[in-house]
Amino acid sequence: MNLSRDQLVDLYHRMWLIRYFDEAARALFMGNMLRGTTHTCTGQEAVAVGACAALRRDDYITSTHRGHGHCLAKGGDPRAMMAELLGRVTGYCKGKGGSMHIADLDLGILGANGIVGGGIGLATGAAYSADLRGSGQVVVCFFGDGASNQGILMEAGNMAALWQLPIIYLCEQNQYAEFSPSRPFIAVERLEMKAQAFGMPGLTVDGNDLLAVYQAVRGAVERARAGGGPTFLVAHTYRIEGHTVGDPLTYRPKEEAALWKSPERDPISRFGRRLVGELGFAEADLESLRQKARADIDDAIAFGKASPEPEIAALWEDVYA
Amino acid sequence: MRELSYRDALNEALHEEMTRDPRVFVLGEDVGRYGGVLQVTRGLLDKFGEKRVRDTPISEAGIMGLAVGAAMTGMRPVAEIMYIDFSALAMDQIVNQAAKAHYMFGGKTRVPLVMRTQGGGGRGNAAQHSQSLEMWYVHVPGLIVVQPSTPYDAKGLLKSAIRDDNPVIFIEHKLLYNTAGPVPEGEYLIPIGVADVKRLGNHVTIVATSRMVLFALEAAETLAEQGIQAEVIDPRTLKPLDLATIVQSVEKTGRLVVVNEGALTGGFTAEVAARVQRAAFDWLDAPIMQVATEDVPLPYNGRLEFEAIPSVQDIVLAARGALYWNAG
Repeated sequence: MNLSRDQLVDLYHRMWLIRYFDEAARALFMGNMLRGTTHTCTGQEAVAVGACAALRRDDYITSTHRGHGHCLAKGGDPRAMMAELLGRVTGYCKGKGGSMHIADLDLGILGANGIVGGGIGLATGAAYSADLRGSGQVVVCFFGDGASNQGILMEAGNMAALWQLPIIYLCEQNQYAEFSPSRPFIAVERLEMKAQAFGMPGLTVDGNDLLAVYQAVRGAVERARAGGGPTFLVAHTYRIEGHTVGDPLTYRPKEEAALWKSPERDPISRFGRRLVGELGFAEADLESLRQKARADIDDAIAFGKASPEPEIAALWEDVYA
Repeated sequence: MRELSYRDALNEALHEEMTRDPRVFVLGEDVGRYGGVLQVTRGLLDKFGEKRVRDTPISEAGIMGLAVGAAMTGMRPVAEIMYIDFSALAMDQIVNQAAKAHYMFGGKTRVPLVMRTQGGGGRGNAAQHSQSLEMWYVHVPGLIVVQPSTPYDAKGLLKSAIRDDNPVIFIEHKLLYNTAGPVPEGEYLIPIGVADVKRLGNHVTIVATSRMVLFALEAAETLAEQGIQAEVIDPRTLKPLDLATIVQSVEKTGRLVVVNEGALTGGFTAEVAARVQRAAFDWLDAPIMQVATEDVPLPYNGRLEFEAIPSVQDIVLAARGALYWNAG
């Protein structure tokens, strides 16, 4: 493994940042501070953080409606994100995007996306663009098992394989597709089998093992950067919360989530144990990182709440460039 | 001045813009080796190579999705969708992605792409290859919609569309490719959002789009023989619409006929009528006349199809109607 101690510290901190960001989003939503709808990625932190750890700052990601984690993992600013959720002018989108539309082009974040599978086409275009410009940039396209059934994946995957584009289609198999289990809607036995139809390698990884995700994505990224073409990578994980905040979760047994929340399966606990057990970290180091993450999110909430709402004139701004 | 066909004018615009700006690239079905189903992209592959003239699989959503992502990351794609009818397959990419990104992300990204496509009926292509769907796109904030009627406009507007920082839906007409007209040598641009008065007159204003401009000019000839001087305006850009030029004409003539090949209901003619009645109510001397395609899927049979889409005679009768010249 070629992650420095500082990088490991950053990754652990980032996982907690995501956990606490989504906890805050849920609390704010339940407190009627957020409009519309909000989706959390609790339990899936290792996929986002592990994958983005294998990327350069100028590499691209496309995210999903469940995108807070991807954005924070790629270096997104919690203050600008929280302000966006609160609809404030200091938010990433000046309060016009909300939870499902956070983008930061400077960090290569081509946007969360409100359409299931909505990022797949444009991720492929970003890879085509990187190839045309000879920039050496790579794209990680995050989507879920639900989105794996969208037609755009077939079209874009075929194109990426045809032209050997530098892209990793990273399917987070969190086992749920909106308000239903995903399994009854996927005909193939294993999702990575779809890669064969696209004409690219299909790999699978334990999505709750941060270092395993990092290694798998790193391998695919190196191959892509060297002109070796796309990879379809399935990360097995679990969506601990509902599709949206407030989802009554009538479609699954309560014990199931409890099992995935246990320290044996929880991705942050698992990474923490490796840091302490194999990589020489002290429990106290981890505890201070957790507390720092908590403080960072508290600061982000305070920043967002203190920020002004947009003026009415903003309604007509940025319709056209 | 030299004459060029509509097809060659578009082809010349692509050659010039791809030479000028290395960020411009073309993609679509059969655009490379074959030169495009309508030969608009002919010669580009040899000059610019396969990465910038990309033959794609038959995957309209993939084509437009790829164009959006490339546009957001610094390129200026010109995607060809062979028939506008097929753009229905790419609707998410155009409407939910391309049109929204700039606003939804707070102005932080731009999507400078052009979707070149062609629509319209009149040659027996039947219900899935003959539609005039421009109003689908006019309805979506964030998109620009351009419909040139002449070779001169086609070239100048395509060049402007490629240089524009917004997603532009550039709609050609399948029965215009072989039409010819004057196109000057050398560089020129036609600004987006500016109408063109194609014929001056002071009795009635006819606003027409795309191939219907040619019909309106023909109708104006017939009307002139009958002593009616029609002014013919081609908006050229449907969105943003140059309402001022239309209103200025209506203030002179007091009468307006709007002609568009899309279906009547919820169409362009209704939109223009609504805007003009508000902007120029006091100048109107007659109800605004609408000439549009019947609310039916276009049939294959010629006799039926020609009944469905507007004819020159329909425009003549509408103009006479606006002047209360029709008998009965």
